[in-house]
Amino acid sequence: MADVKLRGLRKSFGAVDVIKGVDIDIADGEFVVFVGPSGCGKSTLLRMIAGLEDITGGTLEIDGVVVNDKQPKDRGIAMVFQSYAIFPHMTVRENVAFGLTINGLAKAEKDAKVAEAARILQMEHLLDRRPSQLSGGQRQRVAIGRAIVRDPKVFLFDEPLSNLDAALRMDMRMEIGKLHQSLDATMVYVTHDQVEAMTLADKIVVLRDGLVMQIGAPMELYHNPANLFVAGFLGAPSMNFITVDVQAIEGDLARVSHPALEPIAVAHKGRDIRAGGKAVLGVRPQYLAPVEGPAGMLHGTVALTERLGSETVVDVTLRDGSKIIAAIGEDRVYPTGAGIGLRFDPAQAHLFAVD
Amino acid sequence: MATINPDNHGLRLILRYTVLTLIAVIFVFPLVFMVMSSLKPDQQLLADTSSLRAFLPVGDISLNNYVAAFDRAPVGLFVMNSVIVTGVTVVLSLLVCSLAAFSFVFLNWRGRGVILSVILATLIVPFETIAIPLLLIASKLPWIGAEGVTIGWLNSYRVQIVPFIADGLTIFLFVQYFKDLPGELIEAARVEGASWPQIYRRIVMPLAGPVIATAAILKFLVMYNQYLWPLMVVQQESYRPVMVGLQYFFQLNRAWGEIMAYLSLITVPVLAFYLFLQRAFIASIASTGVKG
Repeated sequence: MADVKLRGLRKSFGAVDVIKGVDIDIADGEFVVFVGPSGCGKSTLLRMIAGLEDITGGTLEIDGVVVNDKQPKDRGIAMVFQSYAIFPHMTVRENVAFGLTINGLAKAEKDAKVAEAARILQMEHLLDRRPSQLSGGQRQRVAIGRAIVRDPKVFLFDEPLSNLDAALRMDMRMEIGKLHQSLDATMVYVTHDQVEAMTLADKIVVLRDGLVMQIGAPMELYHNPANLFVAGFLGAPSMNFITVDVQAIEGDLARVSHPALEPIAVAHKGRDIRAGGKAVLGVRPQYLAPVEGPAGMLHGTVALTERLGSETVVDVTLRDGSKIIAAIGEDRVYPTGAGIGLRFDPAQAHLFAVD
Repeated sequence: MATINPDNHGLRLILRYTVLTLIAVIFVFPLVFMVMSSLKPDQQLLADTSSLRAFLPVGDISLNNYVAAFDRAPVGLFVMNSVIVTGVTVVLSLLVCSLAAFSFVFLNWRGRGVILSVILATLIVPFETIAIPLLLIASKLPWIGAEGVTIGWLNSYRVQIVPFIADGLTIFLFVQYFKDLPGELIEAARVEGASWPQIYRRIVMPLAGPVIATAAILKFLVMYNQYLWPLMVVQQESYRPVMVGLQYFFQLNRAWGEIMAYLSLITVPVLAFYLFLQRAFIASIASTGVKG
């Protein structure tokens, strides 16, 4: 078990800067998820921690030791890859024991560790099979088993669930969560799937173009996104953004208006918002509630209704032509073209400076 | 809707097998002709060539040609020489070329791209161009053996083996194959603590079955069919390979039956090697053809 410190970490491929100075503290036993859109550098960052990519600048510490120039094998890490990367010419047992065999562990000790890992992952019956005889989920277990037998300081996961189908992904997600609880190990996990990030993480690191956008607990990021990017990235459907006119600043609140919106006061949180200027109002679709008649705060017409059973997602075209989405927590029919009024609590809305 | 008509299906199957059989026959007939002719006296052999009898064991059949072939030339010695030279070259070549390819593909060192290009460029240089310079070099190389330090490698196994161990084609085959191996397997092995030699021995080579078989067959054929080079560098019968030995049968009294007997004999190791590797080849596909 160990903590991991990234200090001003940079990575360039030739003239292209991929990681542009990243500072992250990962505490001992913490489950940290790197999340971001494709090409944001999250996998590169993980591979730098693993030692599979050279570090261009900054320092990387694992367990108090700077490991910038250490080989992967000397960093005390184990990694689970997206493609599982289990060796096709070895049985499951040989795969799981590979690292132990390489390090010359005695057979009895090796067998005991493999048996223990197999028990934890419930794959005792698979040990003598070959990878070709395994399903995707079983292969993933083997890859995780190979990681846990070595008792590493830090576990690294590189999009481990993205090759699985939806149902299996949910099962494995829960298993990884349980595994973290039982092993109490430091884990760094890369994904582009925000559900995985929200459910697994103690701490989420949102990345964009090689820069950290925000670090925090999942609910902190969800309820208090630091910027437009994080606000739009986390949550499904995405947060609605409406460009509004700032009428006045009144203490901690900014009074804003929009052709389709009654003037409201929203906390500006000290952001660069000035009276007479523009700002972006963010409201999560789940916080929009329909109201009968003309009582709503937002007014528009229904463009499309998606009935999911547990909720109804309504695409609304506002009076000025902009579009927003409302996720209504019940099964209801809204005729296309009909007028609709929506209400929300200004305390649950966010105000961002225009980019 | 297109449905399968069973009658039509059978007809197609027959047609397909007819064509395949015809092709097989075209390839097999020279071999059949060789073996059948080796069993016949010269007069009958020549007379039969104008008819289908050439492919049938008919007439005066005996093993006399084989006995005569052994009388005329030390066939066993020639075959043994060729098998030694070919076998040692194939094994060393697979080792050296796979190691070179491993370094080109997986290790990160300055100038590897340029050096690989130069190696690949040697593919277009015909052997005849370098034969004379190579002969000069080989004749002046020192060797430490039982008689102490000697100069010149002529008349030896090593002069037939060493120049052919490293070659561009074999390196190219390995490079292409290694490039297609999933990179994450190598990375996983590195993370698990494997050193580069361990990765070579435990991960890469066990997965390289198909390319090993391919490279081995190609190398075997080239080496077993060596003619020009051994003709230049081997004057003593004791190191002479099979193809040079064929000269013994093209002297003044040419005996076609004996030639056919000799050819039949020297084909045996080739067929044995090919059949052996073909099984290994299929087995290796069966165990490695699955990738996560």
